[in-house]
Amino acid sequence: MSASLGSITVNGLPRRPVSAGDTPLLWYLRDELGLTGTRFGCGAGLCGCCTVHVDGKAVRSCLERIDGLGGKQVTTIEQLSSNGLHPLQEAWIALQVPQCGYCQSGQIMQAAALLSENPDPSDADIDAAMSGNICRCGTYPRIRAAIKRVAKMQTKSSANRAPNSLE
Amino acid sequence: MSINSTRRAFTFGISAAAAGLAMSVRPLRSVAAPGNAPIAANEESPPEITAWIKIEPDDTTIIQVARSEMGQGNFTTLPMLVAEELECDWRFVRPRYVGANENILRGHAWGSMVTAASISVRESQSYLRKAGAQARHMLIAEAADRWQISPDECVARDSVVTHVPTGRTLRYGEIAEAAAHRPIPADVRLKPPEEWRLIGQSIPRVDVRDKVVGNPIYASDVRLPDMLFASVSACPVLGGRLKSFDASRIRGMPGVRRVVAVEGIAVAVLADSWWQAKKACDALPITWDPGEGKQVSTQTIRETYADGLTADDVAIGRKIGDVNKALSQALSVVHADYEVPYLAHTTMEPQTCTAYVRGEDVEVWAPTQNGEGTLVNVANTLGIPPSKVIVHKHHLGGGFGRRGLAQDWSRMAAHIAKQVDRPVKMIWTREEDIQHDYYRPMVLARQSAGFDAAGHLIGWQVRVCGSSILVDLSPDLLVNGQDLEMCNAFRDADMAYHVPNFEVGYVMRNNSVPVGYWRGVNHSQNGFFRECFIDELAHARNQDPYLFRRTLLSTAPRSLAVVDEVAKRANWGSARKGLFQGMALVECYNSVTAQVVEISVDDAGVLTVHRVVCAIDAGYIVNPDIVEAQMQGAVAYALGAVLYGAITLRDGEVEQSNFHDYRALRMNEMPRVETYLASSGDKYTKAWGGVGEPGTPPLAPAVCNAVFAATGKRIRSLPLANQQLRS
Repeated sequence: MSASLGSITVNGLPRRPVSAGDTPLLWYLRDELGLTGTRFGCGAGLCGCCTVHVDGKAVRSCLERIDGLGGKQVTTIEQLSSNGLHPLQEAWIALQVPQCGYCQSGQIMQAAALLSENPDPSDADIDAAMSGNICRCGTYPRIRAAIKRVAKMQTKSSANRAPNSLE
Repeated sequence: MSINSTRRAFTFGISAAAAGLAMSVRPLRSVAAPGNAPIAANEESPPEITAWIKIEPDDTTIIQVARSEMGQGNFTTLPMLVAEELECDWRFVRPRYVGANENILRGHAWGSMVTAASISVRESQSYLRKAGAQARHMLIAEAADRWQISPDECVARDSVVTHVPTGRTLRYGEIAEAAAHRPIPADVRLKPPEEWRLIGQSIPRVDVRDKVVGNPIYASDVRLPDMLFASVSACPVLGGRLKSFDASRIRGMPGVRRVVAVEGIAVAVLADSWWQAKKACDALPITWDPGEGKQVSTQTIRETYADGLTADDVAIGRKIGDVNKALSQALSVVHADYEVPYLAHTTMEPQTCTAYVRGEDVEVWAPTQNGEGTLVNVANTLGIPPSKVIVHKHHLGGGFGRRGLAQDWSRMAAHIAKQVDRPVKMIWTREEDIQHDYYRPMVLARQSAGFDAAGHLIGWQVRVCGSSILVDLSPDLLVNGQDLEMCNAFRDADMAYHVPNFEVGYVMRNNSVPVGYWRGVNHSQNGFFRECFIDELAHARNQDPYLFRRTLLSTAPRSLAVVDEVAKRANWGSARKGLFQGMALVECYNSVTAQVVEISVDDAGVLTVHRVVCAIDAGYIVNPDIVEAQMQGAVAYALGAVLYGAITLRDGEVEQSNFHDYRALRMNEMPRVETYLASSGDKYTKAWGGVGEPGTPPLAPAVCNAVFAATGKRIRSLPLANQQLRS
């Protein structure tokens, strides 16, 4: 039962779940912790709506049992950036990505994991990383543009830093 | 106009009285905790300046919104219409939902709450702009009185009234409370379009920030003290009923509090968390009585509809000339039969509703396309007066027609909640959502068209057969028992092609499969039939499909202009090597939309949609960036359906269950979408056009016409996943 569950770090805070060990991370976050920014779409890992980070990797929280998460770091949309908005969130606003918005937490978490692994993704890289996340409103063109915008800004700023590092 | 002014004053009097009434009969204080506060007007906010506007002392401008925000931008575009005339500083605007309860009690002071049929902007633009202008006049009058000067010497701009000769100013916030008590002027001049400063601008949406930080804005995010969670299981055979269930088998499961029957058609398990409820619901032994519905399958429906195409009980949706005579005299006649499957909505947020029933006092937290519809439905379900129900409207996690007239989900939540004394949040599984939808109808169509010796199209006959949406959802709109909306896209208002002899008829064959509204419903299935058949006719005459359309649009300048625009923008006829184009035109919701799709089909028959060029004439455009987003969204929604969408039935049960077998379009399949505004203002019609749906109907026929161009294979049934594109 819950007593045997290890501590999970959620958004930087150590937590000891009360929920049963087979509870999917999604419902632990939503119903026990009240972190409702992570949303339910399919319950089967098919739509990406519930994507969060576990140790920095994008995972479908609807499929992730909490008894497998002991000692791990979980990050949700609420704490994607501990300091203001994440550059992706800023890009999402600048390019007016969301329509209904329901899938966007998952889209942003997926995109953030992509950029942390691949700071300058090609269209094919974006397709490969993002095609597991469904958006029924069809915001895909703007999601793609927003990811590229952040990639471009980050590549540029690291390019600007490069000469300094040589000095 | 004096008549208008009298009526206005009268209406205002009633509204004012009703406002008092609303306060006195308001049945209960909301249990909503501050953190869950729905986006609704605060009762302690300042008095209204017209029903729509409240201005705080610090100039914060609350603009009330009666329609729903489901991604189409209503929380931005509707306030823009008010703010345009109010001349407030847009940065001060805070949209708030109007309460459905208050709207009823105040004699519909905020008009209709219906958010369907791409109606929000086009149906409310005139009264929203008028309200803004009235409020501006009231603010100016108040300032002028204080200065003892004529209002004519004042201008209002950016939430400030300025006395032009002296340069004195008063902020709206300083005079709003007094202005609110002034009479509402009846007759106000609205700005002509050339004076608009907000309308026509791509103002950023007001709801975006909440949506990128994960704020709890959806009904499924509601958290209430003492709340239980419900998971439901409805009879898998459509139209079937609940026989029995063995609650003893799950009673010991963790968190399970109650197991209740719902309307004799479903069971709900209530638990301390949704996961506990869902697990127990899965484990619950249930016996169903499938009833007659068990005999229904896609094949039996197809046979019934095929017979219907030649039946005599036809409701004629439009008739010009004598089509039978024309076809019998034609030198050549083209015949074709078409079919489209049932389609689910799969809103990203599965069906959900939270309800709290305390005797006759009821609160509902709902993702609804029709706040008032939800209220009345819940009241009727519980047998209580509508005045006892509070509906908290939340932004929708997708609507697409699933959450308007189809109120099965709110009814179900009310039925569940009345059986316990705690608030209950019901969330359907995705499987329930797909298997218990109000589907876009499966429809069969038969068309015949004839040419005379000179090659002119002289007759065109259309028969469609399917089950009626109005019978399922809105029988009061039937005309002599018939649902002529099933003929949309072929009727006077929505087919511009001139054909001297024309007839469209609908044969109604209803069954146990619930049917309902869908993004661009009727126009989308009939648009597919019509625009693919037009392409067939063009090819039968060895004519270019674009030029063939032009010959039929010689008396329809508005549609002609849109077709010309899309052809020009897409470089019609000059696709890159290996790419093939298809075109379609659909008139609906008082807008005209044409699309050119560019595709390729490889040797294995794999289709890629590269580019979709859209031209739309919606009259006037409030926010071009939102129009572009709606076109992208409509293309994605329609393309997913064209490629994969099919709900099929076997022994009365829906065969699909989740996104693996009811697929949606994904990022890697999304084409480039270009949108061109061919706005004609009020050149052809005073009425404004809708934007949310018009991008959907032309997509399927444009894709299938491109497939014909690429492969020579004519697509007459959907989805394309069931077709071999290369034989």
